[in-house]
Amino acid sequence: MSSVIKAIPDAVAPPRLEWRVASVVDARDETPRAKTLVLDVPQWPGHRAGQHVDVRLVAEDGYQGQRSYSIASPPEDETVTLTVERLADGEVSPYLVELRPGDGLELRGPIGGHFVWNVAVGGPLLLVGGGSGVVPLMAMLRHYARADAAARAAVPVRLLYSARTADDVFYRAELAQLADQPLVDVVFTFTRGAPPAWTGYRRRIDRAMVEAVSWSPAAAPRAYVCGPTSLVESVATLLVDLGHAASLVRTERFGPTG
Amino acid sequence: MQIEELRLDGNAVGGILREVFTHEMTNVLATCVGCGSKGRIAELLQYAHPMGVVLRCPTCDRAEVRIVRTSTFYCVDIAGVQLLMTPESVSPATGE
Repeated sequence: MSSVIKAIPDAVAPPRLEWRVASVVDARDETPRAKTLVLDVPQWPGHRAGQHVDVRLVAEDGYQGQRSYSIASPPEDETVTLTVERLADGEVSPYLVELRPGDGLELRGPIGGHFVWNVAVGGPLLLVGGGSGVVPLMAMLRHYARADAAARAAVPVRLLYSARTADDVFYRAELAQLADQPLVDVVFTFTRGAPPAWTGYRRRIDRAMVEAVSWSPAAAPRAYVCGPTSLVESVATLLVDLGHAASLVRTERFGPTG
Repeated sequence: MQIEELRLDGNAVGGILREVFTHEMTNVLATCVGCGSKGRIAELLQYAHPMGVVLRCPTCDRAEVRIVRTSTFYCVDIAGVQLLMTPESVSPATGE
């Protein structure tokens, strides 16, 4: 028998992926168009920063709608937090943003083993998010913030966050707090209108911006890029063009179906 | 809506892949039959389709994985994959 192909180690075999009924323990407005849901999930097996869940809605006639939502909360939390943006023609999101504490929601997870990070993986950590693509990056930042001081000191972090306007920014107050940490930089760019006194970026992410925000390739940052397909593909291409190893650039594309 | 916005990636279908393969698959390395390039399942391109899942090679566009799910069975075509390799050593500590 070949020794090259190793068996999947039992120690990490995930439990069977089963639908569970989560209950909403808190629902709050994140932006005018997005809601953050805090969920209590029975027998939640725990998750890694960057993973997602599948959410399922079943209509009375049996018709099912299913979507994936990234987890915003860190592995350290006992609850699972999602942030859902209402999409005008969406099938699932308009329902989710109306949920209130006590409501139930069918989900399964956690899912994903590629777009994940933890402090033991190390850094520097470069996070690039567009729109709701910031959600899994927020789980990484929150996990980082919970790590002990020595672990944090070894990992400088930079977040480049592209939003339409300042009102569309998720987790604004918490990101401001994070940016006060010595090794954390948070950089915004607003693509459809910036506040009057704004002196920062006000355009789509481009080569000059990526070059200015990122470390040099010699520092070998681990990059996580999440957002709309066009943003993800252009940023990933830019990073590789700038000399970053493709193997250190991880991507997750978010779709417009809601 | 532009066609590129309908293009997602293997991350998005981690759930259905877990149904079929019973293991986390997004970090599994797949070698494309068409061009021989190797990439994580998460990095394959996925085109949203109501009938099921098609994962394509980002290098040569070959369909590597096709899954059709009905109410009673799955139909799985992995003829576009030459080799699937689980991550060689997965550390429970880091998952890397």
